[in-house]
Amino acid sequence: MLSARNLEVVYDDVVLALRGVSLEVPEGKIVALLGSNGAGKTTLLRALTGLLGIHEGAVTKGGVDLDGKPLHRTSPEKIVKNGVRQVLEGRRVFVELSIEENLKVGAHTARPQMADNLERVYGLFPVLAERRGKVAGYLSGGEQQMLAIGRAMMSDPRYLLLDEPTLGLAPLMVEAIRDVILEINRTGTSVLLVEQNATMALSVADHGYVMETGRVVMDKPAAALLRDDDVREFYLGLHPGEDGRKSFRDTKHYRRKKRWSA
Amino acid sequence: MTDFLEVLLRGLGVGSVYALLALGFVIIYKATGVISFAQPALMLTGAVVTSYVAPAIGFMLFTGLTFFVSLGAAALITAVIALIVERLAIRPMIGRPAFVVAIITIGLDIAIRVVASGFIGLGARPIPNPWGLQRTELLGLRVQERHLVSMLALAVIVAALVWFYRYTRYGLAMRAAAFDQEAALTQGVSVGSVFAMSWAMAGALAAIAGTLLATSAGVDRQLWIVALVALPAIILGGLDSLEGAVIGGLAVGVVESMVGSYQRDLAPWLGNNFAGVSPYVLMLLVLLAKPYGIFGTPEVRRV
Repeated sequence: MLSARNLEVVYDDVVLALRGVSLEVPEGKIVALLGSNGAGKTTLLRALTGLLGIHEGAVTKGGVDLDGKPLHRTSPEKIVKNGVRQVLEGRRVFVELSIEENLKVGAHTARPQMADNLERVYGLFPVLAERRGKVAGYLSGGEQQMLAIGRAMMSDPRYLLLDEPTLGLAPLMVEAIRDVILEINRTGTSVLLVEQNATMALSVADHGYVMETGRVVMDKPAAALLRDDDVREFYLGLHPGEDGRKSFRDTKHYRRKKRWSA
Repeated sequence: MTDFLEVLLRGLGVGSVYALLALGFVIIYKATGVISFAQPALMLTGAVVTSYVAPAIGFMLFTGLTFFVSLGAAALITAVIALIVERLAIRPMIGRPAFVVAIITIGLDIAIRVVASGFIGLGARPIPNPWGLQRTELLGLRVQERHLVSMLALAVIVAALVWFYRYTRYGLAMRAAAFDQEAALTQGVSVGSVFAMSWAMAGALAAIAGTLLATSAGVDRQLWIVALVALPAIILGGLDSLEGAVIGGLAVGVVESMVGSYQRDLAPWLGNNFAGVSPYVLMLLVLLAKPYGIFGTPEVRRV
C-alpha cells in the first residue's frame, strides 16, 4: 500500500499547495485522482516520488508511507528502486535518444532484468518495437506517451503514477492508453491515475479521489463517483436538467456548491 | 608539399591535446550546464602527478611502460581530486545561476594551481618518456613521435567515450540527465552522481592532456596557460558537442601550426609569435559567423 497521510506541502516557504491530503493506493488496484488545474494533483505526485526538492517544495506536515515505512525523506532514485515510479505530465521522453535508448535509461535501476523487461514492453507496445532504432523525437504524441509509460515499466514497478497520460491525445489514442493501463494493472502493478478526462479515469478505476485547492474533497469508490451529481456536473459535463440548459440561478448555485465541505 | 603535410601533422598532433582538453570542458558543460574554468588547474595537477609517479616507479619498469602506467595513475588521481572538488564546492551550488558556479570554478582553478605549483619548484620537472623530441618517418613524412602518440591517445579516448555514451548504463544516464534532469530523476538516475562522474572524466582527460603536453619540455608553472587554447576549440565546435570539441581542437592545432610556419613569410607585418594569438583570432571570426559554434545547438538551454 502506498499512502499519503495528512500531507502538507509548501513551495518556496510561502505557497501552501497541499493542506492535509490523505490518499491510499492499495496493492493491485487502480485509483483515479481528479481535480481541476492548480488543485495540487501534480504536487501530490511529486511528494510521492521525491521530486519536490527540485521544485523548491517541501513536506511540512504528515508524510508518505510505502507498506508502512516512511518514504518522504528518501531520494528520488531510492524511491524508484523501491518500486514507485512516476510518468511525468507532458511525456518528457528524451527526444534526442533512440526509442531503445530511452527504454534502457528507464532500466537504470533494474539492469539485470533489462532484456526481459524490454521484451515485455515491446509486447505491450508493438509500435515501439517496430521503430526501436529511431529517434524518439519523431514519434507522434500518443506514441511518445506510450514510450514514456513503457520507459517507466522497464524497472517493473509495483506502483505506477501516471500524470495526465491522455493530455492532448486523439480519442482513439485515449482508448489505446486506457487499454494499456488495464493491461499493466492486470499484470500486478497498482496504478494512480491523475486525469482531467474523468470519464476515462473513472471507467478503469476501482476508487476515486477529487481534489480542490489543495484538499481532497471526495473519496469514494469509482462507481459511486460516477453516480454522484456534483461529479457528473463538474467533471463529466452531464447536466441533470431535461433540456441540458441552466438558468442563471443554477449557475450561482454552482458557485456556491463548488465549495464542498471537506 | 611535403613541408605542408608535415606542418599539418604537427598541427594535428598538438590539436589532439587541445581536443582532449576541450572534451573535458564539453563533458562538464553537457552534464551540468556550466563551463568549468578549473580545467587548466586539473591539467597542471595531472602533469605534476605524472612527474612524481614516473621516477618513483621507473626503476622497476622500462621507460615506455613507466610512462603509460604513470599516465594512468595520474588520470586516476586527478579524477579523484576532481571528484572531491565537485563534492565540496560544486554540489552545494546545484540550482544556483550558472554564472555563479562558473565564477566559483575560476576560484577553484587559482587555488588548485597554487597547490600544484608548490610541487613544481622553480624549474621544470621532466617527465621521463621514451620518445622526447625524436622524429620518425611516416609515409615519407618526418613527424615527431610524441605527436603520433597524442593522435593515437585521442583516437583511443574518443572511441572509448563513444562506447561509454552509447552502450553503458551510466553513459546513457548522463545523456538523459543532460537533456532533462527531472525526467532523468524519475528514471532512477541520480543526478548528483552524474555531476560527479562528469567531473571525474574531465579531470582524467585533463591529466592525460597535461602529461602529453609536458613530454616535450617538462612541467613548469606556466603549463596551464596552454589549456586556455581549449576555449577557442570548444567555442569553434560548439559548447555542447563532443564531436565539435574534437574537430575544434584539431582545427585550432592546425591553424596554430600553419600560422607558426607560414606567417613569417606571408605576412611578416603581423610580427613574431602571431601563432600564439591565432586561435583567439579564429575564435572571434567563428563567433561573428556562427555564435553557437559549428556543431553547437542553436538554442543552448541552461540546465
